[in-house]
Amino acid sequence: MASRPYFVYIAHPLFLEREFRNCLLVTVDDELVFLEVEMKVYKGKSVFGGIAIGKIQVYGKGEKQVKRIKVEDTETEILRYRQATKEAINQLKALYEKALQEVGEANAAIFEIHQMMLEDGDYQESIENIIQTQEVNAEYAVAQTGDNFAQMFASMEDDYMRGRAADVKDISERLLSILQGEEAEKMSVGEPVIIVADDLAPSETVQLDKDMVLSFVTVHGSLNSHTAILARTIGIPALVGTGLSLAEAIDGKMGIVDGTDGTFYVEPDEETLSRLQKARQEELSKKELLQTLKGKENVTLDGQNILLYANIGNMKDLAAVLQNDAGGIGLFRSEFIYLEREDFPTEEEQFKIYRTVAQTMGKKRVVIRTLDIGADKQCGYFNMEKEENPAMGCRAIRICLTRPEIFKTQLRALFRASVFGKIAIMYPMITSVWEVRKIKEIVEEVKQELQAQGIAYGEPEQGIMIETPAAAIISDQLAKEVDFFSIGTNDLTQYLLAVDRQNTALDAFCDTHHPAILRMIEAVVENAHKAGIWAGICGELGADLELTRDFLAMGVDELSVSPGCILSIRKIVLETNVSEYKKDWRKSWK
Amino acid sequence: MREFKYVITDPEGIHARPAGELVKAAKAFECSIKLEKDGKAGDCKKIFGIMGLGVKKDNEVVLTFDGADEDAACEAISKFMQENL
Repeated sequence: MASRPYFVYIAHPLFLEREFRNCLLVTVDDELVFLEVEMKVYKGKSVFGGIAIGKIQVYGKGEKQVKRIKVEDTETEILRYRQATKEAINQLKALYEKALQEVGEANAAIFEIHQMMLEDGDYQESIENIIQTQEVNAEYAVAQTGDNFAQMFASMEDDYMRGRAADVKDISERLLSILQGEEAEKMSVGEPVIIVADDLAPSETVQLDKDMVLSFVTVHGSLNSHTAILARTIGIPALVGTGLSLAEAIDGKMGIVDGTDGTFYVEPDEETLSRLQKARQEELSKKELLQTLKGKENVTLDGQNILLYANIGNMKDLAAVLQNDAGGIGLFRSEFIYLEREDFPTEEEQFKIYRTVAQTMGKKRVVIRTLDIGADKQCGYFNMEKEENPAMGCRAIRICLTRPEIFKTQLRALFRASVFGKIAIMYPMITSVWEVRKIKEIVEEVKQELQAQGIAYGEPEQGIMIETPAAAIISDQLAKEVDFFSIGTNDLTQYLLAVDRQNTALDAFCDTHHPAILRMIEAVVENAHKAGIWAGICGELGADLELTRDFLAMGVDELSVSPGCILSIRKIVLETNVSEYKKDWRKSWK
Repeated sequence: MREFKYVITDPEGIHARPAGELVKAAKAFECSIKLEKDGKAGDCKKIFGIMGLGVKKDNEVVLTFDGADEDAACEAISKFMQENL
């Protein structure tokens, strides 16, 4: 008689020779047989790029077991429930503060919503009603009510609203934990792991020890879930909606999450493993830099400070801004609001966007550039005349000054949003002092109109871009008119060198380190400082690591670069001694 | 009693965050404030009631105010809707 097959799973990489790795050792008819285990591959929606490799931990919170118990003293039971609500609200306040620090106001808001849900009249009434009429324990009433309310959301048409069922479950679970006298459940893990779960509640995500989580993989959940949003903000690779079955025994096995293409590998084969290990390594060295440099001030060895801000082109970039430790936003390209649409964005639409950015950045400065349409960025509904030479045509501030109604809508939105954060407004393509004065007149009109309508507005800083040679040359005069300068090196370079940036045949003539450019930047900064205003750089050149020390030596106050470049620049700043550097400086260009 | 109609412009509709803010704003007033969509009404002081209506972009909603401070409430909530939704 054949003996029962006997399975041994061999997973540990050190345990066996390479060829036996990922094998099942099986006895069939008393014979030992090695069977290769096939790598399992799942596809999900990637919330955040990046690669995680490590042990899988399945997080099964399981439904809390709630018993229905008859109670006589329903009054006491209701008091127990009310006490638990108070405690839950305190917990949520603490979570809100934690999230505020880690992921910003917009993402933290969910914990405020949870507080409101707990305080919702219908929700409370339902629970107290069940306790009273059915004479049952608070736990049962909470579980019952939570199920009912979650059901309401789960049956709604809209994906987003269906996702809110998770929020209802989350608050009810919180109440249950308190009522049952448990510590808020923490996922305790000894080593960094890939967490695999059905779905994660926002509070579970925020409570996780970030150093112990390599990645999240959820069976359900949408890209809209708060978990997805939080993961994105924290910057951990995460996959949602993988549809894998938690019944499959994957706990403790080796896994790889590839956030770049949304793949989850369980027990990867050699080839996959080494390919992704390499990719991971590259990522890691970047991350290490980030770890050591995050939270540090941008100050040189001899104590000179510089502001490192981020350039962003749409709202999605905000997460990267926070993640890379930007001190603010130095260039918010408002064009994206105008592009890819059929008609002008309304004041309200714009206001909401600016306000969200301002609120997300809190006390940090957000420099918003007014619309810079024209040249290579065209918009059909503006009905612009065809131009022979759009780079020198009707673009940016020139459109705004010839069609003030478009400009005023944007200004109204910007001034109103300024109440909610530290917004600064920046006007592009300036060449003359009269333009700045004209802008000021229009701004004055806008403010008076808002005042007359009783609409609140702030007093944002107002500055200009220095991106034409004319503006650079008269920067001493312009400096007296504005609060700051930001040098747009892309256009400045092309106008100064008379070289079209897009024309690759001219590469040899496009010397971005040309002495003319460097001298001009130095002069602009000097003129700014003489007038007591700050000057930054927001073009590509700002991220040129070969020039960081030169910019420090020139006394540039701020560099605004794409979020991913901030920490590399910070590294150079921290290692530079400006006064030393200045001793042997400018030889090549002065 | 006061009322006004409003067409939602926010691309996401009345999602969790503005619903929360609407509740906060409504709770500042004594009068009853209801939000109605397609004949279904929710209490503006209860977040589940509002979210449960599933109001989306381009939906028309009717807000009604009934009580002592209805004038002030109507004005404040109207402003809130325009700015946030």
